[in-house]
Amino acid sequence: MTFTYKTLAMSVTAVAAMGLAGLAQAEYPEEDITYIIPFDPGGESDVTARFQEPILEEELGVSVNVTHRPGGGGAVAWSEFQNSAEPDGYEIIGVNIPHIIGQPIQRNDAGYETDNWRIVTFFHSTPNALIVSDDSPYDTLEDLVEDAKENPEAITLGGSGTYSANHLDMLRFEKEAGIDLTYIPFSGTGPLKGALEGGHVAGIFNYTMLGTEMADSVKVLAVAAEERVKALPDAPTFKEQGYDIVGGAYRGVAVPKDTPDEVVETLEEAFAEANRQITEKQEPLGFVMEYITGDEVDEVMAMLREAYGPILEDAE
Amino acid sequence: MEMLLEALTSLLTFESILTVLVGVSAGLFIGAMPGLTATMALAMLLPFTFSMEALQGLIALGAVYMGSIYGGAFTAILINTPGTPSSIATTFDGYPMARQGRAYEALAAATIASVVGGIVGVIFLLILAPPLARLAVAFGPSEMFWVAMLGLTLVASLSSDSLLKGLLGGCIGILLSTIGVSPVGGESRFTFGYPPLQGGIELIVALIGLFVIPELLTMAAEGRGALPGGGELRKKEVSIAKIAKHIFSKPANLIRSCLIGQVIAIIPGAGGNVTSLVAYNEARRFSKDPKSFGKGNIDGVVASESSNNVMVAGSMVPLLTLGIPGAPPDAIILGVLLMHGLRPGLDLFTQSGLLTNGFILSMGLAALLLLPVGLLGGRVIHRVVIRTPYYFLVPSIAMVTILGTFALRNSMLDVGIMLILGTAGYFLRLIGIQAAPIVLGLILGGIAEEGYVQTLMAAVVDPIPWLRLVSNPLSMVLAGMVLLGAATALVPMWLARKGLLDKVEEEDSDSGGSS
Repeated sequence: MTFTYKTLAMSVTAVAAMGLAGLAQAEYPEEDITYIIPFDPGGESDVTARFQEPILEEELGVSVNVTHRPGGGGAVAWSEFQNSAEPDGYEIIGVNIPHIIGQPIQRNDAGYETDNWRIVTFFHSTPNALIVSDDSPYDTLEDLVEDAKENPEAITLGGSGTYSANHLDMLRFEKEAGIDLTYIPFSGTGPLKGALEGGHVAGIFNYTMLGTEMADSVKVLAVAAEERVKALPDAPTFKEQGYDIVGGAYRGVAVPKDTPDEVVETLEEAFAEANRQITEKQEPLGFVMEYITGDEVDEVMAMLREAYGPILEDAE
Repeated sequence: MEMLLEALTSLLTFESILTVLVGVSAGLFIGAMPGLTATMALAMLLPFTFSMEALQGLIALGAVYMGSIYGGAFTAILINTPGTPSSIATTFDGYPMARQGRAYEALAAATIASVVGGIVGVIFLLILAPPLARLAVAFGPSEMFWVAMLGLTLVASLSSDSLLKGLLGGCIGILLSTIGVSPVGGESRFTFGYPPLQGGIELIVALIGLFVIPELLTMAAEGRGALPGGGELRKKEVSIAKIAKHIFSKPANLIRSCLIGQVIAIIPGAGGNVTSLVAYNEARRFSKDPKSFGKGNIDGVVASESSNNVMVAGSMVPLLTLGIPGAPPDAIILGVLLMHGLRPGLDLFTQSGLLTNGFILSMGLAALLLLPVGLLGGRVIHRVVIRTPYYFLVPSIAMVTILGTFALRNSMLDVGIMLILGTAGYFLRLIGIQAAPIVLGLILGGIAEEGYVQTLMAAVVDPIPWLRLVSNPLSMVLAGMVLLGAATALVPMWLARKGLLDKVEEEDSDSGGSS
């Protein structure tokens, strides 16, 4: 008698617990979601978040508040997030590769770890591109490589940041082509445009977006993507020209490590839908839309870590 | 021309004018709060512009920008704390005027100067955008290094009583600028193992701390309000027509300040933060009576406020033609352009010319509307500051300051830094080290470092790398101006000390003035 009671009680509790859990999951999200952008308002991450915001709100049925927590190239927000965010999906944060790979290797006190969260998705990438101004003597990548062989270190290429996606892929290019170039880091894309227009550098190693933005006054010698980028149909890839360089910056969104799978899936779907709806606005700007989720996230991370890790560790 | 007229008609609708009016008023209010800056005003407005048409959104942003840069003058004059970094120089003469009971005169002068500056900037932008853009990109790493050096020579003239204390302040500022992630190289410095310090010391945080907190502490310590009571003010009130006549009868100061504002505004990165300081410095250098500056000379207010409002439209030159934000608030406007699928470049002036010209003209309209809004708002705010007893005024300002500092980057650490710097600033002020040189060092330290390192990196193949710093004509000119600027400030001081000069005559050199 008691035996059956116990079993009954237990099974009822178990069913109830499962039911409740199921209910709770089904109801995510029921509160407002805070979407932290670790950079200043007006930048690419911010602009993308603003595009996504209304679609996310529609998909998730709650408000999504974009807030900014800039500083230290993103590191301030990332370390704070890893230390204090609750794993309930109500706080999500924008993450960028290679920042989150490079900073913890490069700095002793970045305050966060590359893997100490769950990346929901990477929603787009901006491949690197080698860009020179219209009046540059280089018409093709080969011109530049030949000149670099004759005059090692004399060619200056500007890029955004040190050991950034730009810098790392330029170092890979040097290795692949067996040349020596001089990389000059600038603080972001704004000053880079000026440096190129004003002839302060021979060229820039930046993202495809700059190539489309400055389409009237520059030549894009090579793009570090698998295939040609839609916004720059005439620009050849590095691969076409015999250099195996594919890389750039990936933007995505992350939640704390122990966030339930259901929550992550809900977010995945919402971001994928947002991506589909903003493709038309973002592709002409030079973004490449991505739908990287689940295991693919780890693959991308592993691929880029393999490509950049040795260079970063050498540099240390 | 046709396009301009068309743009004008699209602007002269009830909706647009209302947008400008509301924008200017809101901007003025935000700019007048210590701790709330133009950048923050634009960031706050940003989400609202998404639901608007591109032109309406840009009009609103332009109006708020114009209003908030001007609004910074109010606190500068009334409570000796710049509301935005661009009005630091307004405190130098504006506050002494206010203490002499000439607050309204200073406010009116600031208003007229801002209106003129704003309109001049718009005219430059309409007519001279392409050539000015070419000038903007001429400033590369080595030029930026010299620009920063030129700015640092201001330290000498900002510290008229003791050069040593001024230089000490400048050095403190430069040291503060090295905290956080380095501009070139990316390693973190002076964080003492505390990750949040990677964000460094934000300029605005230091500005608020160093200017507002010492002023509040002084008010509390002396048990007085920001300004002497109302009774004696009425007597000295001057009519606006008289002030306008004073300003326009000697247009040299106004013209010079506007030109300086325009040139500095297009230098990316240096931006509006230093325009008013440079214009102020030159106004004093060229004045017949330089000694009266800092003691309530109306020309000082005019120089500062006209140059910083030129900057609003002026910094749009590199933004609209090349997509390079000249001042921090411009980054937000760039974001809005991109969101609406507008690509900065010459297309913006031809294909989407209607929109662009409408936007530019709306900034002109915003500048014009500063006159009624500013004069009216000025009276109200003036009255509030005078009538409020210090025991209400001090805590309310402190409250807004803390809120504003937190809102800047959603960071409690920034509030802590602000309070620490403020307390330190109070004691530094007591021993004669002023806030202005410290802030100047903080603004320029990073720019100088970045320019210097980039130049030397590019010169890796040169036999003597540092020669790169003076390898092109513009950097040579700038280097010469640095030497001249330092000489005109230091030589008279040295001569005076040696007793070789009975009366220090201001050097009459035309070379240092055109920066």
